[in-house]
Amino acid sequence: MASHHFDHVDRSGSVSGPPSAGDYAFDRGFRGIAWLSAAFILALVVYIVIEIGGKALPAFSEYGFGFLTSTTWNVQTGQFGILPEIWGTLYSSLLALIIGGVFGVAIAIFLTQDFLHGHLAAVFRTIIELLAAIPSVVYGLWGIYVLIPLLRPLANWLHGEFGFIPFFGTSLSGPGLGPAALVLAIMILPTVASISVDALHQVPYKVKEAAYGMGTTRWEAILKVMLPTAGSGILAALVLGFGRALGETMALAMLIGNSNQISLSLFSPANTLAALLASSFPEAGPVEVRALMYAALVLLAITLIVNAIGLAVMKFATRKFEAER
Amino acid sequence: MSEPNLTATAELIALGAPEEAPRRLPNLNRAPFEIRALKSGFLTALTWIAALLASVPLFSVIYRLAIEGGSRLDWEALTALPPSAFEQGGGFGNAIVGTLVMVGLATLISVPIGIFAAIYLAILDPDSRLAHSVRFLSKALTGFPSILAGVFVYAVLVVTMKTYSALAGGVALAVLMLPTVVLAAEQAMMMVPKKMKDAAFGIGCTRAQVIWKVVLPTGAPGILTGVMLAIAGAAGNSAPLLFTALFSGYYLTSLTEPTASLAILIFNFSGMPYDNQIELAWAASLVLVMVVLVFNILARIIGRQKH
Repeated sequence: MASHHFDHVDRSGSVSGPPSAGDYAFDRGFRGIAWLSAAFILALVVYIVIEIGGKALPAFSEYGFGFLTSTTWNVQTGQFGILPEIWGTLYSSLLALIIGGVFGVAIAIFLTQDFLHGHLAAVFRTIIELLAAIPSVVYGLWGIYVLIPLLRPLANWLHGEFGFIPFFGTSLSGPGLGPAALVLAIMILPTVASISVDALHQVPYKVKEAAYGMGTTRWEAILKVMLPTAGSGILAALVLGFGRALGETMALAMLIGNSNQISLSLFSPANTLAALLASSFPEAGPVEVRALMYAALVLLAITLIVNAIGLAVMKFATRKFEAER
Repeated sequence: MSEPNLTATAELIALGAPEEAPRRLPNLNRAPFEIRALKSGFLTALTWIAALLASVPLFSVIYRLAIEGGSRLDWEALTALPPSAFEQGGGFGNAIVGTLVMVGLATLISVPIGIFAAIYLAILDPDSRLAHSVRFLSKALTGFPSILAGVFVYAVLVVTMKTYSALAGGVALAVLMLPTVVLAAEQAMMMVPKKMKDAAFGIGCTRAQVIWKVVLPTGAPGILTGVMLAIAGAAGNSAPLLFTALFSGYYLTSLTEPTASLAILIFNFSGMPYDNQIELAWAASLVLVMVVLVFNILARIIGRQKH
């Protein structure tokens, strides 16, 4: 037994004692559980990929890669294709990234470049963080009853005056890509902002002082020194925000209109992979479930790749500053 | 000998060599209407506008929730069962219970595993290959689409148990809570000062004793913050429940039957053409947002006490 290691020590008159057999058992058990828990997470992720991949396999062998380029989703005839969903997912996420990215980075600058006093900045940061706390379904509800009625007159005016531009090619009758992308932008804004804030905080203070010391204006310092220095961190923020947008489900299922079409128009209904899963899965028969599993695998692959790129960029950004210090 | 020479050199540096024309100093005064200053001011104004615009949605959501949801929120809404299509009145009592049960289950599953995994990552073996891969996968899981957790649990639990259930819903939420708990707990344990750990090791503690009696109590506020944030996220998350817990019009009687939740109720009712259901969707949203905000604020308060 391990407790015999200390048996030769003379402890006469001392209150101290070696760890008892119980202490050793506790130590081993404790570390064993910790190792098991860590290994469990690894196994869980592997299992998720294998499970979704395995369930998608029958559909993959049946439809092959044509599934990715076909545009019909017809349960009666057993024809399945997800090109409109892939298009809708990428298009809505890209729009959300443009809007959410511009606002997110602007807010990160606003929070870190001395626009506000410390206390006010903390309050404002909380407001932006709470934006991320509002559940997706609540954004969906808000989008249906507040945002869409608000956007409809503007959208229909744009369609009437500038209908020849493909982006305004249809009128907004109800749900559509534009409102969905706008809500998506609101939802990814906090992600982009908080990672960008961290990136800007990592820039050593002396870099900013040096820029101001040369007589730059505040925005010359931000645009020519701070943003380029924090560039890779901000890039990571944008990539991770994009990843968030790709997988977002409920608000989109409520706002995008679930229509199987490919259109450049901001006001036409569309569909995304996640929204397709949400709206079709609960009532799907076995044949459709197989096709949906394939769609889930495609979504998994896209988000895993985008997230891995984002994390790699972030790691690179952090390392750069650690090396400098 | 050297003294006057030095002064002469200093004078030369200060005044410039006498034979050259005196050098003019650059103008160091502020020029507020210079193009570059105006550009800076313009961008500053734009940033302020962007920041104010970005906070509009939060206030708009909260305002509408208070107006639309507040008018319908009463005892009946909190306790009654959901109404059918043309029925008046009703509420979402079963959905509140369902949400609490499933989030509770998810917490029971994810918190112990998450904290133990974090112990391994932060203290036992931070540089091992297992730790590196678990850390990476946890970060990747935070960006994992929540609906895929539903697909996974559907394939694993719903298909094998042949029924939608609260259990399946809880497991799906646990998958989503796990990475948040792991990363927050790891961060909190790494913040525990090294000298505290060294002191404990120095008096002969085993590793388990150091972690159990020193690291966990000291890191507790940070860990709890992570747990609270994970709970808030899970409570508002609905996508994974769509086809794991499904929905039910009745109160929960066992963990292995379809279960109602607030988020799914909002999703179902928001698309219905009946005013009664839409009002209830707003009221349920108000309850849901209040639950989520309470956990968020708790997390902030606990997190702040640390400093």
